[in-house]
Amino acid sequence: MSETLTGWRDWLLTDTPHSRSQARLSALYQGWLAFRRNSLAMLGLAILLFLLFVAAFAPWLAPSDPFAQDLANRLQPIGAEGHPLGTDSLGRDILSRLIHGSRITLYIVTLVALIAPIAGLIVGTIAGYAGGIIDMGLMRITDIFLAFPRLVLALAFVAALGAGIENAVLAISLTAWPPYARIARAETLTIRNSDYISAVRLQGAGPIRIITKHIWPLCISSLIVRVTLDMAGIILAAAGLGFLGLGAQPPSPEWGAMISEGRRFILDHWWVATMPGLAIFTVSLAFNLLGDGLRDVLDPKSEK
Amino acid sequence: MALTEQKNGGRPRALFPGWLTATGVTVGSVAVTMLGLLFVTFIIGRVMPIDPVLAVVGERATPETYQQVYEEMGLDRPLIVQFGFYLWDVVQGDFGMSLLNGRPVSEDIARVFPATLELATLGTLFGVLIGVPLGVLAAVKQGSWIDQVARVVALVGYSMPIFWLGLMGLLIFYGILGWVGGPGRVGIFYVDVVPSVTGMILIDSVLDRNWTVLKDAFSHIILPASLLGYYSLAYISRMTRSFMLEQLSAEYVTTARVKGLSERAVIWRHAFRNIRVQLITVIALSYAGLLEGSVLTEIIFAWPGIGSYITTALLSADMNAVLGGTVVVGLVFVLLNVGSDLLYRFLDPRAK
Amino acid sequence: MNAFSKLMSGAALGVAIAVTALPAGAETPANMLVIANRIDDITTLDPAESFEFAGSDVSRQVYNKLVNFDPMNLDAGYQPDLAESWEVSEDGKTLTFTMREGVMFHSGNPVTAEDAEFSLRRAVILNKTPSFILTQFGFTPDNVEETIRAEGNKLIITTDKPYATSFVLNCLTSTIGGIVDKQVVMEHDQDGDLGNLWLKTNSAGSGPYKLVGWKPNESVTLEANADYYGGAPNLDRVIVRHIQESATQRLLLERGDIDIARNLNPEDIAGVMEADGVKVQDELKGRLMYASLNQTHPELSKPEVRQAIKYLIDYEGMVNSFLKGQYTIHQNFLPLTYLGSVRENPFSLDVEKAKALLEEAGVDGLELNVGVREAQERLEIAQSLQNTLAQAGITLNLTVGTGKQILGMYRARELDVYIGAWGPDYPDPHTNASTFAYNPDNSADAGLTGILAWRNGWDTGGLSEKTDAAVVENDRDMRAKMYQDIQAEFRETSPFAIMFQQIEQSAMRENITDFSTGQAITAASYWQVTK
Repeated sequence: MSETLTGWRDWLLTDTPHSRSQARLSALYQGWLAFRRNSLAMLGLAILLFLLFVAAFAPWLAPSDPFAQDLANRLQPIGAEGHPLGTDSLGRDILSRLIHGSRITLYIVTLVALIAPIAGLIVGTIAGYAGGIIDMGLMRITDIFLAFPRLVLALAFVAALGAGIENAVLAISLTAWPPYARIARAETLTIRNSDYISAVRLQGAGPIRIITKHIWPLCISSLIVRVTLDMAGIILAAAGLGFLGLGAQPPSPEWGAMISEGRRFILDHWWVATMPGLAIFTVSLAFNLLGDGLRDVLDPKSEK
Repeated sequence: MALTEQKNGGRPRALFPGWLTATGVTVGSVAVTMLGLLFVTFIIGRVMPIDPVLAVVGERATPETYQQVYEEMGLDRPLIVQFGFYLWDVVQGDFGMSLLNGRPVSEDIARVFPATLELATLGTLFGVLIGVPLGVLAAVKQGSWIDQVARVVALVGYSMPIFWLGLMGLLIFYGILGWVGGPGRVGIFYVDVVPSVTGMILIDSVLDRNWTVLKDAFSHIILPASLLGYYSLAYISRMTRSFMLEQLSAEYVTTARVKGLSERAVIWRHAFRNIRVQLITVIALSYAGLLEGSVLTEIIFAWPGIGSYITTALLSADMNAVLGGTVVVGLVFVLLNVGSDLLYRFLDPRAK
Repeated sequence: MNAFSKLMSGAALGVAIAVTALPAGAETPANMLVIANRIDDITTLDPAESFEFAGSDVSRQVYNKLVNFDPMNLDAGYQPDLAESWEVSEDGKTLTFTMREGVMFHSGNPVTAEDAEFSLRRAVILNKTPSFILTQFGFTPDNVEETIRAEGNKLIITTDKPYATSFVLNCLTSTIGGIVDKQVVMEHDQDGDLGNLWLKTNSAGSGPYKLVGWKPNESVTLEANADYYGGAPNLDRVIVRHIQESATQRLLLERGDIDIARNLNPEDIAGVMEADGVKVQDELKGRLMYASLNQTHPELSKPEVRQAIKYLIDYEGMVNSFLKGQYTIHQNFLPLTYLGSVRENPFSLDVEKAKALLEEAGVDGLELNVGVREAQERLEIAQSLQNTLAQAGITLNLTVGTGKQILGMYRARELDVYIGAWGPDYPDPHTNASTFAYNPDNSADAGLTGILAWRNGWDTGGLSEKTDAAVVENDRDMRAKMYQDIQAEFRETSPFAIMFQQIEQSAMRENITDFSTGQAITAASYWQVTK
């Protein structure tokens, strides 16, 4: 057993890879080893894995129904019988709501993390590769969206389409894509005139093929770092929209909306707003720790 | 607030020869950006399912009153014509009347923008004064406990929901300890005591030599400014650290060390000197972010700034106010960007 | 977990003790009254246009009316103000007011019948939102020359029908009845707007206070009128400051930075009652909270379904929890204290009965689209309804939006159910009767969007005629009886589930006396306040 493991290790750590996939896996493994040494980043990863676990098994983990109201037992303190984290204004169990809310948080984060970077990637690589008037046009549009006050843009968008999780996701994506477009464009510009791309072009590859097969893969790693670091911002933005009543709709246990509901009791029943606040804080901190660690590993400039 | 961080993305792009062309291109691109900004906002305002007429006439209005206001507001004309009229007015510095309070939007903005400017400036000041040294220290002592502490401090700053932190801060420092002034810009008896020259109470009170008001205003701004400053600090210190690391690993630093220069001189006179240009860009971006008006902070601290102004206007379909506010904020953002680009070109020997 | 929760409750206790043991903060100056209130609804201060709560509060300090309410004795009803006395003609259509002599505007100009004539005509001609309060008497921009006229020191108004005198006078106590200084206003006339633009942000009245300044969403500042005909106010300066959050208002009050906090939620009210030097005053207001069912919906138009839903609301549970102290159960469209108001509240949560009614109607499982605006207490009411209606198989899908958004849908009859509030426009029973129980044309084309019955597609089943009859009845007892009958029928047949009436809880420093929010009939008044 341990022999096979050692065998794998050696195979992964070899200085003379025999195949392209071995080289790639080897690089990944070495990155993982570097990452593993960063205890803070590992902590972030652990928290996120825990979140995934909680979200996946929410119905089994939650002690009670997150929607069940009990007006007679509202605003119960922490440690109340049957309600470890107390109850909210309608007597619903806060812990159960937090557990179910983790699904919404993950849902929002995943969708935004898919939409915004991909949109940015498409716009940025096209602009960078095509150059000229297309570049000018696309980058002006990017500038316009960058110059927008972001929360205002998101608010306006949600106000126009109506409140709800899906619209909140779209609104946040709409404000989040321009930086990715800029990064992708900058990367494309450095790659575009390289010998490697020229060679591919000489082989008769069309622009679409070059962009999708050769430029995109090279842009991915810098985008991934950026996305992970942006996750916390996305969670906070979603919570901010929820706080302003424009995110998830009641009775949905979205964490930002829970803070918003609980802030009225902040003076006497502080835990109602604090528990979701802590949840948001923990998860976004975890993403930041992870992103920070990933940057050290994937971005060779910052760690030597 | 969370939305305002990390807007960075790249270097200045326009690489045209000659100052004149460069200036021309810059002005042109600013104009195009602003025009686009206006147009997008205008369209958003028109597709919003909030009836601006209803916002004016209220829920009990008769159909006749409704029709009268509808026509008064020019809503019966084609969209593009409305935009044309609006643009013409804006070029002349007229943002129109606020639908809600019947005042010129430009007056409103002149009132609310200085409040945000004051807050953002102080916040950025905190961020720079603490964030830059912290970042440098973290880079120099990379891997030490100082680096770890700085990392945690910064990441916690990135991760904290400000509306929660703000409420708790208010409760503890104002409600319980009484160390700071409460919500709002000044205590109630100091409202309108000093003549408004700049609109920024800290400066106005100094101009008026009214130290009581200055003290009171300071006690009110300190808490929200520190909160915003914390965010700014988080961003600036992380960026400073990574810029410094890049420099410290460069060859000339090794050379300088070999030549026997003191560590202090190496760090400040060589490495730091080389990052100040990049740093200015970062600070400008963070400043621009705060100037957009941190809606949530402003709401919690009853701070009458541009962020809460635009938000309130948006939610009540006061589109002239939203447009005016957005244009001002967008302009500030674009100008700060252009300014830091110019500075970059001016200071960076490589770009010359 | 146990140790942790102990730790946390320990921390909670620490916070609680620290809050209650607040050191006394700075006090507000002795000659100044500082009020925290939500004033973001003010859009104009022109009495011919102002129609919001906070705006009416300001207007009441600044402008006198022909007849007005005495804050120290609101139960007495309308009293002479700028009009010393009045007479009704035999046909009941003409009212002649005799103006009080020797009253001055803030400008120093005397208040004359001509000013009164100008003010009322102006309100009709400008035709702003609240103008219906006057135009319902048959005044139009074309006929005001004849229907509203001054003769010497008398003002004569002629209505198109012999309305109950109390109805006409009650209407004149509302904000739109404010008398403005003709000379000053016309000096600021722009393009024939009768000074509307100027009056939005300035004042030209004769009341106990004059307006110093209004900063939208920030503050309103008033200064005492030392020459006020009723005697100079006790306090020289009043500042109304916009504070959105209840918690913030409470902190300011407990620290003594403000004198009165007007928007504390039930939990914060409970909290300040514990604090030293703070007291709470309850006043019944006119605002009603209701749910309404769109009658263009095929299932909701069945009488059994309407009744079933009225039995699926946890009235008791709500007023004993998140509405505690700030709402009382009230299931009739006339607020208590109004002429003709009744205390019968027959509905309570009864799921079995509701289920039986639904079965009778042949309804099994129903999914409804509910509009509610983004305001905490309404969201909680909506969620409570969602919970109790689900017990009888009715699913509510909430659409939450800003007030304007939801209102737009409501007015377009797009919602199945609307949960919202209604406040009377003037202190006469007709104000609510004419919107809840009156709908002259229920067709979609009629577009009577200002009328609640129309918005819900309800033809009122004959109540419109009864409402018309009640408003011209001059015998007070008879009139009250007519409204009682209308409400008895309304409770059983209408698509409105009226739930609660508001109680305004104002928390104030202990040294404040005689503050009045105006109860259900008028706006707040500050001039009699002492400290």
